[in-house]
Amino acid sequence: MTERDDGRNGARGGFGNETGDGSESGTKVSRRDFLKRVGGGIVVFVAVGDPSLLSSALAEQQRGYPTDFNAYLRIGEDGRVTVFSGKIEMGQGVMTSLAQMAAEELGVSVESLDMIMGDTDSCPWDAGTWGSLSTRVFGPALRAAAAEAREVLVDLACERLGAPRDAIRVRDGILSVSGDESRTVSFGELAGGRRIERTLGREAVLKSVREFSVMGRPLGRLDAVGKVTGAARYAGDIRLPGMLRARLLRPPAHGATLQTVDTSQADRVPGAVVVNQEGLVAVLHEDPEEAARALGLIQATFDVPEPRVDNESIFDHLLRTAPEGSVQDERGTVEEGERGSSVLFERTYYDGYVAHAPVETHTALARFENGKATLWISTQTPFGDQRSVARALGVEPENVRVITPYVGGGFGGKASSGQAVEAARLARITGRPVQVMWTRAEEFFYDTFRPAAVVKVRSGIDGQGRIRLWDYRVYLAGARGSDQFYDVPNSLVVAHGPRWTAGPGTHPFSTGPWRAPAANTNTFARESQIDIMAAEAGMDPLEFRLRHTTDPRMRGVLESVAEHFGWQPASLPSGRGLGVACGLDAGTYVAHIAQVSVDSRSGEVKVERVACAQDMGIVVNPDGARMQMEGCITMGLGYALAEDVRFKGGEILDRNFDTYSVPRFSWVPEIETVLVQNDELPPQGGGEPAIVCMGAVIANAIFDATGARLFHLPMTPDRVLEAISARRS
Amino acid sequence: MANRETIQFTLNGRPVSLDVDGERKLLWVLRIDLGLTGTKYSCGDGLCGACTVMVDEDPVRACRLPVRNVGDREVVTIEGLGTAEALHPLQEEFAERGALQCGFCTPGMIMNAYGLLSNNQRPSRGEIIEGMNGNLCRCGAHKRIVEAIEAASQRMGGLS
Repeated sequence: MTERDDGRNGARGGFGNETGDGSESGTKVSRRDFLKRVGGGIVVFVAVGDPSLLSSALAEQQRGYPTDFNAYLRIGEDGRVTVFSGKIEMGQGVMTSLAQMAAEELGVSVESLDMIMGDTDSCPWDAGTWGSLSTRVFGPALRAAAAEAREVLVDLACERLGAPRDAIRVRDGILSVSGDESRTVSFGELAGGRRIERTLGREAVLKSVREFSVMGRPLGRLDAVGKVTGAARYAGDIRLPGMLRARLLRPPAHGATLQTVDTSQADRVPGAVVVNQEGLVAVLHEDPEEAARALGLIQATFDVPEPRVDNESIFDHLLRTAPEGSVQDERGTVEEGERGSSVLFERTYYDGYVAHAPVETHTALARFENGKATLWISTQTPFGDQRSVARALGVEPENVRVITPYVGGGFGGKASSGQAVEAARLARITGRPVQVMWTRAEEFFYDTFRPAAVVKVRSGIDGQGRIRLWDYRVYLAGARGSDQFYDVPNSLVVAHGPRWTAGPGTHPFSTGPWRAPAANTNTFARESQIDIMAAEAGMDPLEFRLRHTTDPRMRGVLESVAEHFGWQPASLPSGRGLGVACGLDAGTYVAHIAQVSVDSRSGEVKVERVACAQDMGIVVNPDGARMQMEGCITMGLGYALAEDVRFKGGEILDRNFDTYSVPRFSWVPEIETVLVQNDELPPQGGGEPAIVCMGAVIANAIFDATGARLFHLPMTPDRVLEAISARRS
Repeated sequence: MANRETIQFTLNGRPVSLDVDGERKLLWVLRIDLGLTGTKYSCGDGLCGACTVMVDEDPVRACRLPVRNVGDREVVTIEGLGTAEALHPLQEEFAERGALQCGFCTPGMIMNAYGLLSNNQRPSRGEIIEGMNGNLCRCGAHKRIVEAIEAASQRMGGLS
């Protein structure tokens, strides 16, 4: 079975060539095995073992890639080019942007590319698809491999056409001799009948922006046609003969332990296979509704610990249990900053737990035969899953193959794949292929939420309205995005818990990375505090920011968004409902201006308009970049205004979209995106940066509209009313 | 699956006859028995629209609809709307305008929009937003989805 996208206009997306016998698998495929599998043609490996062969910037970014070899692309005898990437496509559009990069450096059209992504058998090892790293880190390696392949082809063409190197032109997969158009040879003809392996042996010369003909131009998504026709395959769409669908027994709360279980009634359901082994209790059936019905017949009792925290008490609990702080950044001294300040501001900011809530729930299909497992997983970490499945099955990782079909949204939540281990164990126990597709309630229960967090800031300005002090402590959000990039002489940034996970005794359930992890919380606190100081200084908030930054990229995005929006300076609050915020994430700078209206009777906030300017270095696909910016702005409305997972101890009270609100069509403002040209810098991250300002820019706009300051996300109507009435009294 | 019955309906223009438990939900019958996996499971409770199909003139949530209820009726799924070679105007506008990202909500979005346009050929922007408000997209493609529906409505209106 071959999973292919029926891309009408573009490159074909693929997820590995499933051989059907499960005989080919392995985490460390040897070079020889790899070549045997892919057949003849020209294959370019990038050996990362010798970083001196790569440019220093590339070598720096490649740390973590394995030192053996990575096959990045192959040119086949039919002239088609196959790109292998351990990255996965979850909507962020990297299938398209990676294809653009390969096509550009090779000198072929995007239409002649096949993308193989997230297959542990054929793709180069990869840590996972997150952190807006695909373009920044995998991209340069892929471009280098493609540039190398082009050099090989030019060498071969010189021989074949009897022309010097500098006379060879490459276009759309055809090499020709300059000035003599009749002398041509195609990629396929050069690759045909031979096997050429090439390892990147010198610093690859990448094309400059001026030479681009594919990169830097809008290109429609290569996955679009498959996705609009229903043909695109996700993990839950893969079908195998004899497969069973599993429903698993779940505890009522995190921390609960199973005491008794009686499966006798479920055993009597025709066609049901009941499993009760080592804490794994499940009913499997060809029909998932029957499996669910039979699961409901299982009598089980759990010991549930007394709930100790809830949405109200969690923040005190987190402050009590937070790990020791570590200094992230220190300039001058706090004492000096205090002495130099005429007004001090001490504020505390709060953030609730937020769910990933992808529209596709965690899903996996597992087959286990002859000691080898093959899994199709909705995952951001195919190689990590390969290891965790191998561990659970007690087999070597090379006996586990993970194939990643299209992923129906991840946002960091699919960096953890409990469902894959469940499917693999059940497949081995039952001897049949098993699909585990989490229900929506399971998705909420087992999500690795964005952590609730607290930020305490003390800052000060002098009589001229200059920031003199910045004393910043973030508890449990993580350090990303906490850097103080404004020009402040005395600044101390301390993170209690440098990442988004924390030890036992802190969060009552799992937490993990959530689109631009930590940066949303830190940007909310920083940019709110900056606004508070601007208001006290009687200054326009945009002017206040520009006054405190000399960084040309930050100034560039602030000035661009202001010009685009038509910003008119005013001191706060102006009553107009306009907010500004800026930040940086994944190497990309962003600045937002939002306009809101606030219903002072209901506390409802309507975001009317958001403009965002973004400097992401070289833009690979302007249309794809704008799509991600729009997605960030829209998704960010949720954590800013509504999303807050309700819980009591380890019990998750939100189980579906009736009580957990995510952004809907009626919430969406007018969205305008500006890409600030910066061709001096290699491509930077695009999937996350534009979400980081959404909490702050809306909070600042609410303040501008009402004079009421919000310190707690999400800014629900109740909290808005509370802030308005606190201001009046 | 004790109470099997014969259920006949039209699916994407072709007659279908099934011997099934009529209580089973249309979503799973489509995905498992009929192999049409374009219709997606997401919330299982009619709250997100990922499983939307057309039943006669109306967009319906297949995850809550017993298959018995479509007996003698006409069902259209995303697979019946158009093909890669001959896309429906809605599919074409969604694809060309990038009105999708992960794509998992997309079949339901398109089928709901199809239902909307079947009942109102030239909806205003406000009517589109209201009509689509029960369909959830987590990636944030909403802006382009609205624009795609507007464009398709203009094209389809022009044809009729």
